[in-house]
Amino acid sequence: MEPKKHEMPSQAPEIRAHNFDEVALGYTAEIAVEEAKRCLECKNQPCVSSCPVNISIPEFISHIKEADFEGAYKVITRTSSLPAVCGRVCPQETQCESKCTMGIKFEPVGIGRLERFVADWHNENIKEDPEMPKKNGHRVAIVGSGPSGLTCAGDLAKKGYDVTVFEALHKAGGVLVYGIPEFRLPKAIVQKEVDGLSKLGVDFETDVVIGKTLTIDEIFDMGYEAVFIGSGAGLPNFMRIPGESLKGVYSANEFLTRSNLMKAYRDDPTTPIRKGGNVAVVGGGNVAMDAARTALRLGADNVYIVYRRSMDELPARKEEVEHAQEEGIQFKLLNNPVEIIGYENPDDKKDPHNGDVTAIRCIKMELGEPDAKGRRRPVPVEGSEFDIPVDTVVIAIGTSPNPLIKKTTKGLEVNEKGGIVVNECGLTSRDGVYAGGDAVTGAATVISAMGAGKTAAAAIDEYLSNK
Amino acid sequence: MFKIAHRKSLKPTVTQIEVVAPLVANKAKPGQFIILRVDDDGERIPLTVAGVNKEEGTVKVIFQVVGATTTKLNNVPEGGYIQDFVGPLGNATETEGIKKVCIVGGGVGCAIALPVAEEFHRIGADVTSIIGFRNKDLVILEDEFKAASNRLVVMTDDGSYGREGNCTVPLKEFLANEKFDMIICIGPLIMMKFTVLAAKEFDAPITVSMSPIMIDGTGMCGGCRLTLHQDGKDVTKFACVDGPDFNGYEVDFDSAIMRSRMYSDFERHAYEETCNLFKKA
Repeated sequence: MEPKKHEMPSQAPEIRAHNFDEVALGYTAEIAVEEAKRCLECKNQPCVSSCPVNISIPEFISHIKEADFEGAYKVITRTSSLPAVCGRVCPQETQCESKCTMGIKFEPVGIGRLERFVADWHNENIKEDPEMPKKNGHRVAIVGSGPSGLTCAGDLAKKGYDVTVFEALHKAGGVLVYGIPEFRLPKAIVQKEVDGLSKLGVDFETDVVIGKTLTIDEIFDMGYEAVFIGSGAGLPNFMRIPGESLKGVYSANEFLTRSNLMKAYRDDPTTPIRKGGNVAVVGGGNVAMDAARTALRLGADNVYIVYRRSMDELPARKEEVEHAQEEGIQFKLLNNPVEIIGYENPDDKKDPHNGDVTAIRCIKMELGEPDAKGRRRPVPVEGSEFDIPVDTVVIAIGTSPNPLIKKTTKGLEVNEKGGIVVNECGLTSRDGVYAGGDAVTGAATVISAMGAGKTAAAAIDEYLSNK
Repeated sequence: MFKIAHRKSLKPTVTQIEVVAPLVANKAKPGQFIILRVDDDGERIPLTVAGVNKEEGTVKVIFQVVGATTTKLNNVPEGGYIQDFVGPLGNATETEGIKKVCIVGGGVGCAIALPVAEEFHRIGADVTSIIGFRNKDLVILEDEFKAASNRLVVMTDDGSYGREGNCTVPLKEFLANEKFDMIICIGPLIMMKFTVLAAKEFDAPITVSMSPIMIDGTGMCGGCRLTLHQDGKDVTKFACVDGPDFNGYEVDFDSAIMRSRMYSDFERHAYEETCNLFKKA
């Protein structure tokens, strides 16, 4: 038995650090079959229960062993609507792969890599359109076309519901389009998933902001019988330290939206972004890694991840951290920003460089006692302040839920952080209104949002079947 | 795609368009804005609603040709289409309890100030309007303001039309003798900053309309953030969901002015390239 996962072919770090093409190139059919053979097909299937959408993992892997890749695809899509996306962005090391029996003695089976291979193989080789489901005459509206909305839409469309997805931006895909960069999740793949749903009869209405252009109540007036709110994460959090309004300070959402959705990474952009120089990204999650690696590809000389805890507490997906390190991102751990410093010409108030970021001042931290979640609390080391010279600062310390829907929907209960309150089926305090994803939980993962979309789709189906 | 139903050149560099967008027309109120993209791959730019026609389902916006995107927009003919038009975004201007109002508009900001003046006029408030421009050639919407105001003062910086000087001159004259329930100032940042200072001399309440750099306009990106001084503390607010109207005394204009210049080099360059493109064509 091969003790280690088969490596995934990738672009070399020194090359990929200068382009926006996808980093990992994916398994070949030969490697996929070999990797599939590592699966023991154990009886208790611990991987399945630790998958938020409960993909029948050993079953799809058994098809790969036989080189029946389309069979594998059909098993995955029984429960997952976005396999090409999940194979790329799921944190498998904390989900399915963390419970793999192989992982007890050896490295776990590369489940994510296999899922990705199967989805890519299908997209590459199977051209026939899916069969249009028979309509059941019920109409459902989905708010937001991110992972939770797409999943909910897909599940309901497959059951025959007439589904309309309302998207505020000009392009469908939500965070998969504006947030996650091309080099980690090519936009053509997201588009393919969206097109697949269109072929199932899902209608996408872009440029409609629910809570503004239309309210939830008006959606019901239009004849929709249930609504799923998957409006995603909202306003970026800032650190509330001096200097956050200087020129060159971005939220990660703004920085990534400019680069991804508005294509500022290309040579002929109409939307500007700061390129080059030294860049500090504050935060340690996947969004921070995405922002840092985007800055590097935009031509930065030095990119620093500034994070107040240590490597062990870094919340980002392990593979992203490794990729970032290989590419030369510098980790300034156990450092907490206390101020962003800007240029000021004492002789010329009109100097166009006034207000440009010149440095980020940090204080060193050490880890103290564990907090309620068991993570050791970082404590500042008195008098240890120091400056890192930078031209751009990107703040990636999370978001708080978007207020627009809450403001215009009577009777929709939210918690103290602004997240929509739901029960275990995704039902909100309003009859027929369901919600899931970041709009409920605050910033989380693509797959957990998909899980919520899936749960809500099942609940909506039950609700409308019994109506 | 959204059709430009009507197009009118107000001045050589100021254009008014009416865009067919029934859902937006149905909801838009004075003080709110929309975001548009001229073509696929285009920049998203916010423009304030200058009026709606619910029967036609059209939304009026007025823009000044200042950069690459507005140059492209200015080249879309009547009957032509633009890629995206989304809104209405932001909060409507607060009118409740205001019986006597002074509207101060600067330059193209007057296009935003007009529907606000008209709304106050419609609800029966006493409306004083002060509109200011750099020179005679840039004066817009004078007749419309006249129709919506009990009193109108037109100012030009160089005295080539109306009275000479900036809007704070007549504002201070009024404030010396009378009180307004609210002053609403809409214009360039520097003009709003000095109008707030003028109002402060008389302790008069003033609202300003902020239009910082914006991308999504729905409370996602945080690019439109402003620093406000509230109760002795600096707080961050977002023009797209918390505004665009703010208490003039709370806005940190200096940081807003600084941030508005973040991309001036890029914008100048893009504008020149676009101009050359149209020259060649």
